[in-house]
Parts: sequence; structure tokens; C-alpha cells
Amino acid sequence: MSSDGVPILKIGTTLLVSIQVDLQDDTALRLQEDLAERITSTGARGVIIDISGLEIVDSFIGRMLASVAAISHVLDATTVVVGMRPAVAITMVELGLSLGEVRTALDVERGLALLAPEERSAEDVLLAAAEREER
Amino acid sequence: MSDVAPAAPETLVRTLTAHADRVREAWLEAAAHELHGRTSRGELEREQTDIFDALLDGLRSGGTTLADPAFDQLRGILADVSGARARLGFTPRETAVGVFALKEGLYTLAQEAGTDAGVTELLRLVDQLGLFTFETYATARESIISEQAEQLLELSTPVVKLWDGIVAVPLVGTLDSARTQVVMEKLLNTLVDTGSEHAIIDITGVPAVDTQVAQHLLKTVVAARLMGAECTISGIRPQIAQTIVALGIEFGDIRTRASLADALVDALRAGGRKRSAELPA
Amino acid sequence: MTTTTASTAQRLPVRTDSDVVKVRQLVRTLAQQARLSLVDQTKLVTAASELARNTLVYGGGGEAEVELVTDGARTGVRALFADEGPGIPDLDLALTDGWTSGSGLGLGLSGSRRLVQHFSIDTAPGAGTRVEIATWSR
Repeated sequence: MSSDGVPILKIGTTLLVSIQVDLQDDTALRLQEDLAERITSTGARGVIIDISGLEIVDSFIGRMLASVAAISHVLDATTVVVGMRPAVAITMVELGLSLGEVRTALDVERGLALLAPEERSAEDVLLAAAEREER
Repeated sequence: MSDVAPAAPETLVRTLTAHADRVREAWLEAAAHELHGRTSRGELEREQTDIFDALLDGLRSGGTTLADPAFDQLRGILADVSGARARLGFTPRETAVGVFALKEGLYTLAQEAGTDAGVTELLRLVDQLGLFTFETYATARESIISEQAEQLLELSTPVVKLWDGIVAVPLVGTLDSARTQVVMEKLLNTLVDTGSEHAIIDITGVPAVDTQVAQHLLKTVVAARLMGAECTISGIRPQIAQTIVALGIEFGDIRTRASLADALVDALRAGGRKRSAELPA
Repeated sequence: MTTTTASTAQRLPVRTDSDVVKVRQLVRTLAQQARLSLVDQTKLVTAASELARNTLVYGGGGEAEVELVTDGARTGVRALFADEGPGIPDLDLALTDGWTSGSGLGLGLSGSRRLVQHFSIDTAPGAGTRVEIATWSR
């Protein structure tokens, strides 16, 4: 994890990225690379990218998100993009931007629930992951 | 009379300061009489003090006409007063009369102070003040009206919470592009605010849909998906279905249901399996 | 576009990735000052980001000029992106939905055009590119 890049958190078998600032193109690319590397090194099964802090998503970021999803798919992980703001969603639709095979959810909690097996709640997933970590 | 040079600002300052008390008292009386019951005497007096002082300051700085930079502060005060009056619902007359009443004080002065005291210039200046006050009042009123129009548009597009995690927008009447966009934004914002993953747009009450409106509806569904929510359009009447097909609009994998009730059942089923641990109360 | 400038135009170089971010931030600040709705702000800033990136990546670097404008009744934001790059050979094609340049990086011109109220482009092979956009408060 690079020191001035976007921090990547690990919760059990899920990686969580929270993008808080206006990303410039090279930082976005570095995040994409960091994620690919972390998925491989940790054997992560899920990636959650929280974009609730992003005021815009342009074609570059859009392509980055779609790439992360495609890359993680190849690495046998599922990506969920969460927290897209309404104004951003409206703009992306107008721009004709598609996020490819990316799955989406309203927030981190629901994103985790999406990644979890059907019958367990998000809390169960987090607790189980924390327990595995401690062992 | 027209050969006489206009009195200099310093002369006007002298005249005003020399007769300040009388001018101001006549002004206050005239204004209080007109605005009786609409504003307190104390309030009026405070306003007039601010205006009078700013007028004097402007004259002292050499201002000759209201547009001069020397009168920037005076214009600011007048704009504030008329803006406040506009918001409080004062009539145009009630707003302007507070300023024009200053002339009452100046008329009595005209007879006594002599022709070189600059009273004519002062009267002209007060006319400018009055006009400016009226203009700023009118602008303030216009912006209030357009704000209200916006609020009306907002109110007429209600988004209701049908169930935990399910919101609906029952659209009624003809849809135009502007209204549909407002609905779209409101619906998407409500999804985030309520943390709902299901939205139902019911168009049973909409007699006709044109290409633009259909496009907006489609965009709303796609936008909702990008945000992690699912959107169903219900209540599509046969005529509208035919229009959509005739216009060649691709509804693709957009979920549609004949009635709002059907859409609600769908949403409940879809939501149920995710939240086995949190049954609605 | 007949308007008067409501503020002095600010010129920013567009030569690095961080320059693109600065352009976004300036456009956003002015859009807020012009009291654009949140959706219009988002659309305008997104379009500015696309065009600034084009200037950088396709145009080989250039300049952005951003300012508040007014037509007497409404305030708006105007941005101009200029470069002395290769220019766009087939403008009609570039403005068609879904067009991408050979390197797979879409120019996003048609998309950007949909995001703003005013869009004009002046380009020719070997003569660089100038794109002007503007959005007004409603």
C-alpha cells in the first residue's frame, strides 16, 4: 500500500477502499494497480469501493472502476461500488458511461451484505471475519 | 434659474446638517403616518438614521448622483431595506414611501433656506433614492416569486415511503421535461436519504408519455441502478405501451408491472431474502 | 454567445494530471458562485474534466480559461479549453456517440456536449483545438 495513495483496508476476505478526494488520473491508476496486487496477495474474495466522497465520476474514473471489477473477476473476486451520489448517477447516465460488470449498492453495509452468503446478515459477516483474523 | 450652477456636495452637506433635526422630524412624521401599523416608529427612526447618515457620508465624499461610488454604502442600505420589505410582503407603495417622505422635510426647507442652499439638488437626489428603492424591491419580489414556483414544483411531486426500503412516486397528470427531471432528482435523493433499495414509479395517472419523458424515466431507472437500487415502472396503460413501441423506445430489461400493487409485491419479495434477520415490525 | 464577463477570466495551464484537478476545482467553485443546481454543477465539472483531459492527452497540453459570465438576468460559468495539438480530423465522427480515438481513450465529446448548455468546438488537422462550454443558472 503506497504511502500517498488511497488506503486499502482489509476486513476478513474483503478489501475496502474509500475514495474521499478528487482523484487525479495517475493516483487512480495507482489505486487500480494496488488493488490488483492486494487481491492477489491476500486472496480477497470481495472488493468494496466506496465513492460516497466523490463529487464527480468522469470517464477516466468510470473506466478505472470497470477495470477493477474486470481484474478482480479474473482473480476470482467480486467488486461492489457503493455510495454513488444521485447527481453523479444522473451525470453518468447522461454521459452514457457504463460501469461494465460492476455491481452497486447504496452503502458499505449493503455492499458487504451483497458479498456475503445469502442467509447471513452483514453483521455476521464482519464478526466472522474479525474472528478469523484473531485466530 | 437655469444659469445658476448646481450646488456643490459641500453645500448640500451644510444645508442638511444645519437643518438635520427639522428635516428628519418631518420625514419621520410623514413616513410614520403612511406606514402606521405596518412598522414601529422606533424601527422607522433607526432605518432613517442609517439612510440619513449614509446620505451625508456620500455627499461628504463628493457624491453628486446616486450611481457614484461615494454612495455605495447608501445603495447597500436601501437595497437591504427594500429586500426586507419585499420578503415581509409590504406593498410597493409602502416600501417607496419611506424614502420619498424625506421630501416632506426638504419642501419646508426650500422656502426658508434660499435658492443657493442646494435644496433642488437634494430633492433630485431623493427622487433617485426612491427609484432605486423601488427597483431593488421589484427585483427582490421577482426572486421570491421564482423561489415559490420552485417550491411548488417540489411539493407537487411527492415521493412516499411504502415500506421499509421501498419508496414510490405516484405521478399524476401530464409530465413535461422539467417536471420529470425534478421527479428524477427527488426520487434518487430519497433513495439515499431513506436507505431504500427499491423505487416504484407509478404512471397510472399519466395520460400520455412522449419520447422525452420516456427517456427521462429510462435514465432514472439506470441512474437508480448505478446507485445500487432497483426501479420498477408500474401502471403503464395500453395506450402508453403502444406509444412507447411506436416511438421505438427500448425498454430492454427495465422492470415494468401493470399495477403499483404488483410492483410492491415484487419489491417485497426481492427485499425479503436479504434481510432474514430483520423482519419488519 | 453574447455575454458580459462577471469576473476576470482565470487562465490555468493544462500540462499535468494535477492541472486537470485544479481545473475541476476552479469550475466547481465558480459553478457554486453562479448558483447552479447541484446536478448542473456536477454535469459542468464532469464535462470540464473530460475536456481538460482531452487537452492534456490528445492535444499534448494546453490551457484552460474559466470565468463567470452574465447575460443580465442569469449568471453562468464559461470555460474554454485550447491546445496547439494535432486537431481533430473528422469532427462529425468525433461528435457521434461512442466514437473513440485509436488508442481506445474516448474523447467523450458527444457526452460532454450533452452535459452543458452551450458547446462549441473549433478544430482542424494541424490547427489545434478550442472547445468552449457554458452552463447558466436556471
